[in-house]
Amino acid sequence: METVSFIVQNIDVIVELAVEHLSIVAVAVGLAVLTGVPIGIAITQNRQVADTVLYVAAMVMTIPSIALFGLMIPILSLVGQGIGYVPAVIAVLLYSQLPIIRNTYTAINNVDPALREAARGMGMRPLQRLWRVEIPLAVPVIMAGVRVAVVINIGVTAIAAYIGAGGLGTLISRGISQTDDRQLIAGALAVSLLAIIADYGLLALQKKLTPRGLQV
Amino acid sequence: MITLENVTKIFESPSGAITAVDHVSFEVPEGEICILLGPSGCGKTTTMKMVNRLIEKTGGKIFVDGKDIDDYDPVTLRRTMGYVIQQIGLFPNMTVEENIMVVPRLVGTPDAKARKRAAELLGMVALDPGIFLKRFPRELSGGQQQRVGVARALAADPPVLIMDEPFGAIDPINRETIQDEFLKMQANLKKTIMFVSHDIDEAVKMGDRIAIFREGRLEQYDRPDTVLAHPTNSFVREFVGGDRTLKRLRLVRVGDAMHPGAPYVFPEDRIGDAVARMHEYGHRSIVVLNREDMTPTGLIRLAEVEEARGSCGEHAMRLPGRVHVDADLRRAVSEMFTQDTTWLACVDSDGRFKGHITQRAITHLLGETYRHPNEGVVPDTRRQRGEAVLEPETGPIPGAPA
Ligand SMILES: Nc1ncnc2c1ncn2[C@@H]1O[C@H](COP(=O)(O)OP(=O)(O)OP(=O)(O)O)[C@@H](O)[C@H]1O
Ligand SMILES: [Mg+2]
Repeated sequence: METVSFIVQNIDVIVELAVEHLSIVAVAVGLAVLTGVPIGIAITQNRQVADTVLYVAAMVMTIPSIALFGLMIPILSLVGQGIGYVPAVIAVLLYSQLPIIRNTYTAINNVDPALREAARGMGMRPLQRLWRVEIPLAVPVIMAGVRVAVVINIGVTAIAAYIGAGGLGTLISRGISQTDDRQLIAGALAVSLLAIIADYGLLALQKKLTPRGLQV
Repeated sequence: MITLENVTKIFESPSGAITAVDHVSFEVPEGEICILLGPSGCGKTTTMKMVNRLIEKTGGKIFVDGKDIDDYDPVTLRRTMGYVIQQIGLFPNMTVEENIMVVPRLVGTPDAKARKRAAELLGMVALDPGIFLKRFPRELSGGQQQRVGVARALAADPPVLIMDEPFGAIDPINRETIQDEFLKMQANLKKTIMFVSHDIDEAVKMGDRIAIFREGRLEQYDRPDTVLAHPTNSFVREFVGGDRTLKRLRLVRVGDAMHPGAPYVFPEDRIGDAVARMHEYGHRSIVVLNREDMTPTGLIRLAEVEEARGSCGEHAMRLPGRVHVDADLRRAVSEMFTQDTTWLACVDSDGRFKGHITQRAITHLLGETYRHPNEGVVPDTRRQRGEAVLEPETGPIPGAPA
């Protein structure tokens, strides 16, 4: 009951933190799409390179976020950005690579070879084939990767509050340090809700981006 | 025109080199359909894909309209050739219209023009543009998809078409229909076509020439009738089948084997006139026609009316059977067997009597090639253009109606 009234009283702060939270994830995942999708497409050209890249991306995933932030502090301190927004964005960017690269790679690789051959036989150049056939067909699977990245990293960003990145994690960390259950629960609820809403929003976007001919 | 000179393809594989195509030379003349025929794995697809350079040949030369294909940029080359792939390969993310517009867009045709062309082509392959243009491939049946595949290949109006089993995914009945429609289209378009098939019946029906392959080698390259009548070796003989002479029946139209100047009488004529006419022609029967529309309505047998009186109409019996002049001989023979008769009246699309066809005339015609082994019965391009291909017979009819 106390928690509810806390939420009601502080709703403006919570919303502000949520926006801050989301902006970190959005910027970082946005950058991750811009890097991960081209990488995913590029590595379809060479099986060995693909295996290596996917292996490295998977390794990054296994680093605990707290450890990753710790590692980045001395490095980024060199440019005066040891804590705060920048390391948070970089961490999210790194964690997003695996789902996005892997889904892009798989989706492009799984395009029916007959379609690829038809495109080639009709006189499409490789980039034309990519833009007109392969990417449109890969969109649903790439978007599924983006959704996974977003949901994972809404969680990661909550921890980034410890390095002063702001966001909903602030409520949680404060709740823990001040042993204030209201803040802790409000923060945790808000993070979960944000993840669910973001996932649904992206699902809608995925449906919109999927070519109509592929929708069942 | 497509010319292959000593074309060879050797695939390097972990288990050693595979010679998929072995010193193959032949030429597809302008405006003809050449069928690449042979058992699975004999190199048909490989041969075809070397023509649009989806597969680079190991040796030999290929010329299209006299120009060496190696002098082209492969992409440019492919845009000048319609390509129908074995697996249909319509792009599922594009509508039927967009699929057809792919090559026109690639070569920079204005959108409005390409759109108009797409609608036209869809009509040409017997799909209603109003219904199908905006549909997606998954909303079409297999047969409809294959029609769209053919339309797509024709979109940029390429002079050359290469088609890998374009009608493979269709049930036998619809297949016949599509084949017929395609031949009709080809009669107007006169494309130079390389067409892969493994079905001898399709080859005989569609081909102006047939190239029979075995294990990468070209075993025989001839007109369908020659392949059927004079297989060059036992492999070809076995491949075309023990009923190869029956298959030749398909190649000849009734109109080409028919005796056109057959006598007839009208029901109002006196029976004596009929008898006189039968004697004059040496026939043992005569057809009775309706005077208004010239349709055959009955038959009079000499043996039964020699002493009779009255009008022809009174003595007319049931006509044993009739066949359309544009039908092939297989139809005619089948009708003869069904009706238990040795001859049929031939009619045109309005049902008008055109002449008659007899079993003896058919066997005589099929036997012709064995008496003059260097000529096929029917030059096939002429058959497809629907021209008369045999001189009208003069003199005594080989088989008079019995
Ligand atoms: N990329 C390749 N690498 C190695 N061998 C190949 C390759 N493509 C084809 N071959 C071999 O070349 C031979 C001819 O193949 P091709 O596909 O031309 O046969 P086909 O006559 O089209 O058969 P089908 O009727 O089954 O389609 C086969 O033995 C096949 O295994
Ligand atoms: Mg094949």
